[in-house]
Amino acid sequence: MSAAAEERNARAPWALTAPALMLFVGVLLIPLAMTVMLSFHDWGQYKGIEPVFILKNWREIATDPYYAEMFWRTFRVAILTTVLTAVLGAPEAYILNRMSGRWKSIFLLVILGPLLISVVARTLGWALLFGGNNGLVNKLLMSAGLIRSPIPFMFTETGMVVALAHVMMPFMVLSVWAALQRLDPQIENAALSLGAGPITIIRRIIMPQIMPGVLSGAIIVFSLSASAFATPAIIGGRRLKVAATLAYDEFLNTLNWPLGAAVATLLLVALVLIVVGSNALIERRYAEVFR
Amino acid sequence: MAYLELDRVAKQFGAQTVVDDFSLAVGKGEFISFLGPSGCGKTTTLQMIAGFLDPTRGAIRLEDKDLTAIHPAKRGLGIVFQSYALFPHMTAAENVAFGLEMRKVTRSERTERVRAALAMVGLAGFEDRHPRRMSGGQQQRVALARALVIKPSVLLLDEPLSNLDAKLREEMQIELRQIQRTIGTTTILVTHDQNEAMSLSDRIVVMSQGKIEQIGTPQETYEKPASAFVSQFLGKTNDFAATIDRTATPARLAAGSWSAPAPAGLSGPVTVSIRPERIGFGDAGLNAKIVTRIFQGNHWLFQCDSECGPAIVIRQNDGERQPAEGEAVRLTWRPQDMSVRGVA
Ligand SMILES: Nc1ncnc2c1ncn2[C@@H]1O[C@H](COP(=O)(O)OP(=O)(O)OP(=O)(O)O)[C@@H](O)[C@H]1O
Ligand SMILES: [Mg+2]
Repeated sequence: MSAAAEERNARAPWALTAPALMLFVGVLLIPLAMTVMLSFHDWGQYKGIEPVFILKNWREIATDPYYAEMFWRTFRVAILTTVLTAVLGAPEAYILNRMSGRWKSIFLLVILGPLLISVVARTLGWALLFGGNNGLVNKLLMSAGLIRSPIPFMFTETGMVVALAHVMMPFMVLSVWAALQRLDPQIENAALSLGAGPITIIRRIIMPQIMPGVLSGAIIVFSLSASAFATPAIIGGRRLKVAATLAYDEFLNTLNWPLGAAVATLLLVALVLIVVGSNALIERRYAEVFR
Repeated sequence: MAYLELDRVAKQFGAQTVVDDFSLAVGKGEFISFLGPSGCGKTTTLQMIAGFLDPTRGAIRLEDKDLTAIHPAKRGLGIVFQSYALFPHMTAAENVAFGLEMRKVTRSERTERVRAALAMVGLAGFEDRHPRRMSGGQQQRVALARALVIKPSVLLLDEPLSNLDAKLREEMQIELRQIQRTIGTTTILVTHDQNEAMSLSDRIVVMSQGKIEQIGTPQETYEKPASAFVSQFLGKTNDFAATIDRTATPARLAAGSWSAPAPAGLSGPVTVSIRPERIGFGDAGLNAKIVTRIFQGNHWLFQCDSECGPAIVIRQNDGERQPAEGEAVRLTWRPQDMSVRGVA
């Protein structure tokens, strides 16, 4: 092969990926880099954004306990949501997988159906059921005399976790479902024939094999919950802010873009570190099951 | 006396009858094969013995106790699945130890028995391997060790060798037979490979469409097939249309120009079947022409065009001259080498 042809061949992959690459760089990498740069700029009520390089915003985030509390809340809510979806979603997927034929498809549709409905509509549904004195469930329970005051839901972390878990559930169920599909259909019979009871089978045979599915589902749910906007915005409002709603407010209400950019950047970096780190841990721990 | 007994067992899925009227008595230490084409209900029968499926009708007894009343986990049978169904997250040793753990065997005894079981199947030194890092043959051995280590009353094998290549399969057949002989476990093997059934079993149960066609030793089922299905399924065979003439004295059986004294019983049109290796070339007999002649090392395979349709003949390569392609020959066989059936 001539040197020229060789060179052409070497360039071909680049040329072929160029359009996608350009789109990726144009709409993701450049804005991202600009956001990071923005977080080092100055801002004042009257002077607006000043393109200088200072650490003011980062110092503010690092020293003001308000931000620490807000980030802790963000990750606390995300972790609790992840745990809740795992605890409910894994058994759900297992039961679903054991159903036969028609019921299986009906229930799969029930579980995945919510994905077709806007997150806003679903969260507002929760608000309609539990929102203060006018919430349907609260009204019913109060008129039945079961509770004296409405169950606190709006503007609570519990409310946020419950609503987020509902929104995220399909991702967990699908992820565990995928892991269940890879199980040998006779594996439970094999354990049964060796004398294992139903609980032992689930604990010793099924759980270890679907754990990678639960964990990858957990990574998806965790990162989506930590960066979720609509649900925390509706349930938590202005009173109970998380990273995403705070960044939004800084950008659009206070107009302090540099501070908002710093919050967004910190959230991104923290999430990337957590996800990459836990993914590496999981792959090492479950190398045998993944192969 | 029967050790394991299946008494008119039947299984229906909805309206479809998959196994019907299945009766079998297995002696202690016997090696039985279920042989039949795909979908004939072999796995279903095995799973009913194992307890993963409940029979629709009939009874299964082990040492005169009703087996169907015992939970599958308490039956104490050893099972090797077609897919092996090893636990992928456990090492070979952990896989084998699982059944012993369930039986609350002490740790030291467990280690010893696991080591012995793995050594028996030729896997000493593979204790810490995970199944996914083992070859098909090695996985198969782990599955066998896992089933045998619990000292099962009956060993059930569902096509355990079908995922292996031909050479390995042959090796494993010999090994399986040796292990079974040594420890004397009553064994039921499911297979659709007639050679496997022949070379391993004491008796073969030939099945077709959920029914038993014949139960017998490999030799019986091969040489005295009870039905056309059995003779076709177990190796190659020649089926010729023939007639029995009872008006002649003595009564004669004739297939084309070949004839012999008629056996007692049947009359009119019948089918005779003769194994290809029992047919010889002679001076009298069925007129035929050699179509193709194939050399296969220790024997010759002839495909002939005879008066009664196509015929296959196998001759030992004994150094004698063999007829050439296109040559006209007469096919002949001894009356005791054929089986005669009425035309259904
Ligand atoms: N759970 C089930 N529901 C309905 N029909 C079934 C079920 N399991 C098996 N069958 C049917 O029963 C018949 C026998 O199946 P079985 O698995 O026993 O065959 P097999 O002899 O083991 O075949 P193979 O050699 O292919 O494994 C098949 O026609 C199959 O479609
Ligand atoms: Mg089968």
